[in-house]
Amino acid sequence: MAKILKPDELTQINFEPPRTGWMNTPVEFRPGTWCYSAAPKNLKYLDLPNPREWQPSDADWKLPANWKEIILEGFKERLEKYRSFRLFMDICVRCGACADKCHFFIGSGDPKNMPVLRAELLRSVYRRYFTTSGKIMGKLGGARELTVDVLKEWFYYFYQCTACRRCSVFCPYGIDQAEITMIGRELLNLVGCNINWIIEPAANCFRTGNHLGLQPHAIKDMLDFFADDIEDRTGIRVEVPINKKGAEILFVTPSGDLFADPGTFTCMGYLMLFHEIGLDYTWSTYASEGGNFGLFSSHELMKRLNAKIYDEARRLGVKWILGGECGHMWRVLHQYMDTMNGPADFLEEPVSPLTGTKFENARSTKMVHITEFTADLIRHNQLQLDPSRNDRLKVTFHDSCNPARAMGLFEEPRYVIKKVCNHFYEMPENTIREQTFCCGGGAGLGTDENMEMRMRGGFPRANAVKFVQEKHGVNRLACICAIDRATLHSLMEYWVPGVEVTGVHEMVANALMMKGEKERTTDLRGQPLQKMEGSEDV
Amino acid sequence: MNVWFSLLAVIILVLIPLGAVGGASLGYLFGIVIPYTAFGAFLCGFIYRVFQWGRSPVPFRIPTTCGQQKSLPWIKASFFDNPSNGVGVFGRMALEILLFRSLFRNTKVELMGQRPVYGGAKWLWLAGLTFHWSFLFVLLRHLRFFTTPMPSWVDILTKMDGFFEVGVPTLFLTDAALLLAVAYLFLRRVVIPQLRYISLPADYFPLFLILGVVLSGILMRHFYKVDLFRVKELASGWFRFTPVVPDGIGLPFYVHLFLVCVLLAYFPMSKLMHMGGVFLSPTRNLANNSRTRRHINPWNYPVKVHTYEEYEDEFRDKMKAAGLPVEKE
Ligand code: SF4
Ligand code: SF4
Repeated sequence: MAKILKPDELTQINFEPPRTGWMNTPVEFRPGTWCYSAAPKNLKYLDLPNPREWQPSDADWKLPANWKEIILEGFKERLEKYRSFRLFMDICVRCGACADKCHFFIGSGDPKNMPVLRAELLRSVYRRYFTTSGKIMGKLGGARELTVDVLKEWFYYFYQCTACRRCSVFCPYGIDQAEITMIGRELLNLVGCNINWIIEPAANCFRTGNHLGLQPHAIKDMLDFFADDIEDRTGIRVEVPINKKGAEILFVTPSGDLFADPGTFTCMGYLMLFHEIGLDYTWSTYASEGGNFGLFSSHELMKRLNAKIYDEARRLGVKWILGGECGHMWRVLHQYMDTMNGPADFLEEPVSPLTGTKFENARSTKMVHITEFTADLIRHNQLQLDPSRNDRLKVTFHDSCNPARAMGLFEEPRYVIKKVCNHFYEMPENTIREQTFCCGGGAGLGTDENMEMRMRGGFPRANAVKFVQEKHGVNRLACICAIDRATLHSLMEYWVPGVEVTGVHEMVANALMMKGEKERTTDLRGQPLQKMEGSEDV
Repeated sequence: MNVWFSLLAVIILVLIPLGAVGGASLGYLFGIVIPYTAFGAFLCGFIYRVFQWGRSPVPFRIPTTCGQQKSLPWIKASFFDNPSNGVGVFGRMALEILLFRSLFRNTKVELMGQRPVYGGAKWLWLAGLTFHWSFLFVLLRHLRFFTTPMPSWVDILTKMDGFFEVGVPTLFLTDAALLLAVAYLFLRRVVIPQLRYISLPADYFPLFLILGVVLSGILMRHFYKVDLFRVKELASGWFRFTPVVPDGIGLPFYVHLFLVCVLLAYFPMSKLMHMGGVFLSPTRNLANNSRTRRHINPWNYPVKVHTYEEYEDEFRDKMKAAGLPVEKE
């Protein structure tokens, strides 16, 4: 891991662009700002092109001899397959409204991190090879040759975009850099230029069903281990149904929840909630991943990984699917799953077995988000809650980019949070909801060798948290995304020490008064619950 | 460099009709052939471009949602920013196209004591809106040259536009507004460093061109007066496809007309096509209903997946040892 600058060194940001024009400013692979390349074994496992040993900092990227034809051919194919891509290549007026909306630009000042310029990196090549004016006018028409340096620049900047779509909110034509980045990455993948932090999880997921490569028995061990912990805290033994045929509901969540704190506490939260309401559900070891790193790599890989969820639902004979707290999982489920791997006509329209609520908005995908489900339970008084158990927490909520901007899930998590804890504070207006700032490590960039860029990209988010920390004493940052739970942790440590990260269902479980529980003295993290009387004599 | 190049290009464009018509009296070429050609290029080019976009399918529903989704009945959904049906989409598009709603959201980031702060930034929105609306009004006003009898709404529009009756002939408000807006849009491009950095000749050129059109128009109206009856004669001739070039229209008119023709012909091959493209943008013109309704990807194809059977074959022993159910013993 590269040495990382101190926060006040990192904030010496200069928004002034360099003197040389962007086409003449080659990229420099500075350590800490890029990710390692994909190991050949992972590429081979997924049958992806050009597996070899190389690193982005190498001079020679060992590209195939006909790399240029491959890229241009792929370019053409994608122009014909995606209207979004063709249109976004053509209609940008370079008004710059998107320029200062990207967290990577705000945190780095690098002009090529302005979404408009990031797109121009591809557009310049598009003009040269696919438009008449570009062919004739050349550089004056904003066109340029596709060279190895251009390819390297693509790599550098398309892996400095978390595909968060914040820029799209502000663009008068809705030009979505995330779409362009996805295509850019697909093109790079065609010649074997990918990063390991995406391809290895994808390969693991393909083989074992989840990113971490947890094999079936390990999943069972983890869940049993959580059940022990829960028993310890509450005196209740929860049941953990796994691969259970004929269950009513299949539950899918990111595997990060099984493995890494603080996601594990969120996972315990699910277990407790499902036990308390007596839900007839099952985990699956085969579809043991909600997250989909294919989204960060190519549409095809996304489809290959996503297929498991419907297949498993069919095999187990469930009625519908419930999804856990995960960001890009929801992007995929919401925008792609039904189209890619549907129709889910072997499932039934989701109905909450407790409240009878029909989830009409999931009529076709048959997959419901857990905060929709829980919000409905709370609304119908199905849960006994004691929010004062979370009184130690002063909570703010991070709208994870994908559930927020890709589907509009704003109120459900807020409703749940406000019912399970007494102290909730919003971050400033321009940094939440559809204008939310990314954690800086999404879309497969959350790896340690990329730490400097993550801290830069996460700076706007962290700064907004710092604002509420100073103003209201906020000490918890809630979110509904497993990547966030992993990356926000380092971000807070670096920029806003004293703020811990939490999933929403961890707080639900803390507040949940379970039937027959012993008097709880600690929360799920084993930290003492604040006594209501005791709080006064401090 | 990009600025100077574009300016030079427009100056040359001004000189062409000045030299040609003034020197060699090429009224037929500049009054008839070029306008027809330019208009034809505009029409065909525009249609071709839209057709080309339309040919690429929209395989996935990817609307950018800027508001609460439609989910549980007691949660208020954002009807326009996260539309779940066609009416919502129509509203969203109308707000976008008529009022530039996304630009209205614009903010500006500044570092204050090493912290980013986000302030409002409505100038671009205001200038953009002014520019486009005045342009439209100016265009509609021009209908009085093409129509006999002139429809009454064009007359009303023209009267409204000259409401303040400044100068003789009256200065049109939209002319002034258009001029100011173009000037602002140009100045922000050269003054703001980031914007200068991303600007191509293709960004300056249309601005200068439009500036040239507006200035020549204003000059013609207020300073070098041209004979409006003859202009009307020419213009209505185009539409009857029996154009005649009346004598003595005056040089400024040909400059104006030539610049307009260049603009028309340039339109379809430039970023100005955002006018057509804005209607087709999939992040804006789709309803956010992909969980309610299945959408078909026309080029969907089967992919290689890792099936449950393969999975169980690999892990069967471990699953059995852990007491997990298996399909095959
Ligand atoms: S806001 Fe849209 S049109 Fe303006 S520069 Fe950015 S991508 Fe281009
Ligand atoms: S999608 Fe997000 S990360 Fe990518 S350019 Fe836009 S704002 Fe930046």
